[in-house]
Amino acid sequence: MLRLLFFILIARPLVFIFLGLNVRHAQRMPKAGPAIIVANHNSHLDTLVLTTLFPLKLLPSIRPVAAVDYFTKSKTLAWFTTHIINAIFIDRDLTASRDPLSDVHGALAQGDIVILYPEGSRGEPERLATFKGGVARLAKQHPDIPVVPIFFHGLGKALPKDDWLPVPFFIDVFVGDPIYFSGNRKQFMNVINEQMQGLAKEGNFPVWD
Amino acid sequence: MLPLNILGTLGGLYVFLAVSSLVAVRLGGTPEIMLRIRSWWVMVIVFTLAFFANRAVLTLLIAFISFLALKEYLSIIPTRRVDRRVLFWAYLAIPMQYLFVYFRDYGMFIILVPIYMLLFLPMAMVLIGETKGFLSAIGTLQWGLMLTVFCLGHLAFLVILPPERTTGLGLLLFLLLITQFNDVAQYLWGKRFGKHKILPTVSPGKTAEGLLGGVLTTTLLSVLLSPLLTPMSWWLALALGFFLAVIGFIGDVTISALKRDLGVKDSSNLIPGHGGILDRVDSLTYTAPLFFHIIRFVFYVEF
Repeated sequence: MLRLLFFILIARPLVFIFLGLNVRHAQRMPKAGPAIIVANHNSHLDTLVLTTLFPLKLLPSIRPVAAVDYFTKSKTLAWFTTHIINAIFIDRDLTASRDPLSDVHGALAQGDIVILYPEGSRGEPERLATFKGGVARLAKQHPDIPVVPIFFHGLGKALPKDDWLPVPFFIDVFVGDPIYFSGNRKQFMNVINEQMQGLAKEGNFPVWD
Repeated sequence: MLPLNILGTLGGLYVFLAVSSLVAVRLGGTPEIMLRIRSWWVMVIVFTLAFFANRAVLTLLIAFISFLALKEYLSIIPTRRVDRRVLFWAYLAIPMQYLFVYFRDYGMFIILVPIYMLLFLPMAMVLIGETKGFLSAIGTLQWGLMLTVFCLGHLAFLVILPPERTTGLGLLLFLLLITQFNDVAQYLWGKRFGKHKILPTVSPGKTAEGLLGGVLTTTLLSVLLSPLLTPMSWWLALALGFFLAVIGFIGDVTISALKRDLGVKDSSNLIPGHGGILDRVDSLTYTAPLFFHIIRFVFYVEF
């Protein structure tokens, strides 16, 4: 309930009025779960924008992935990430014995739409890094679930890493074609990376330096 | 309730829209044309509601249009990462400008952007200390602020030229109708009779025939509409109608030149069938301040 209010009263006005979206190929967005969304990561706002791209009725099934080491740093942040964002926590500590993606498998089995950021962290604003391979491991275990790449531009300008002041900018959202796992993990990652590069080239973006 | 002349003109506008929509359907309108007309309906209805509400709502609507236009502009031009905070201060010009309008403070309204923003935004940039790209950054920011906040702000100030409920509103309605009609008229004349291109390097669609036909039609509309909505004599309406039609064209091609330089086709896709807000208000950035100041000079010079 609180989550619904947050998205109606805060997130949607923030994304649609303060920011503003230019969405290309909106028809490629999945209409229901299960699905895996992969996107480039430039800002804390990424998740808010992605969530508002879906209709409100799908809100309960949208599960963004959040790094447990960052998002449990304070009790308020942990509460917010759990109850408002409805995130799945993953442990980035590679020495942990448990499979970091185990909760994701559970969510997908439930028919949820999971959001992943394969770049790993927010990185340099508006610079696309090569995706890490975890998503290939995930897709291999769910070959019938579509992986939809989405490319954002502008969120790194609106609210980059290490800044708290949001500045209004229009956000470009380019939705790619859904990909299903086939071949091996390396081939799959190549396909995804190529798709993301292709989507990035679709826009004619002004210089930001 | 709005005065009769405003109501009558709005009624006429709706009739015109309805007839145009029917004609478009009959002549087998493409999805593009139908989308364009649908957006016109939305824009006209939004403005009508603001007219019927109160001055605060109307001022807020125009302020919001300035906000969208500035946001579009800053999103398509190159900007520097270090200037993020300066851009934030620039946006603050919008509530300040429109609060001055709302409180009828002409002195502050007319100097906020050209003096205070002009001097303090570059100061903020200098204090950041990044000189690479400095000239481009202050130049582009100030021009964008002038167009989207200073020029468009004149729309809101027209409304408070007294007597507000009749002349003020009437002047705004007249300006909006003349400017938008001019755009459409030039486009239609160009489509039907366009042969000799003018400014092909800037805007390939513009023709001498389109410009001439549009200008003459708009001048005629100005003479016919002006007695209903403005205190102008018929010959002032003639001269001003002609002038606004030409200058509206200049506003249009100025934004076209900007887009050409940036390599974009539309400023955004906010308005289905039209492009972005900048594409829709480009003529207004020129006609609004000029219309306002000419009217002020002729009728309100002691204001």
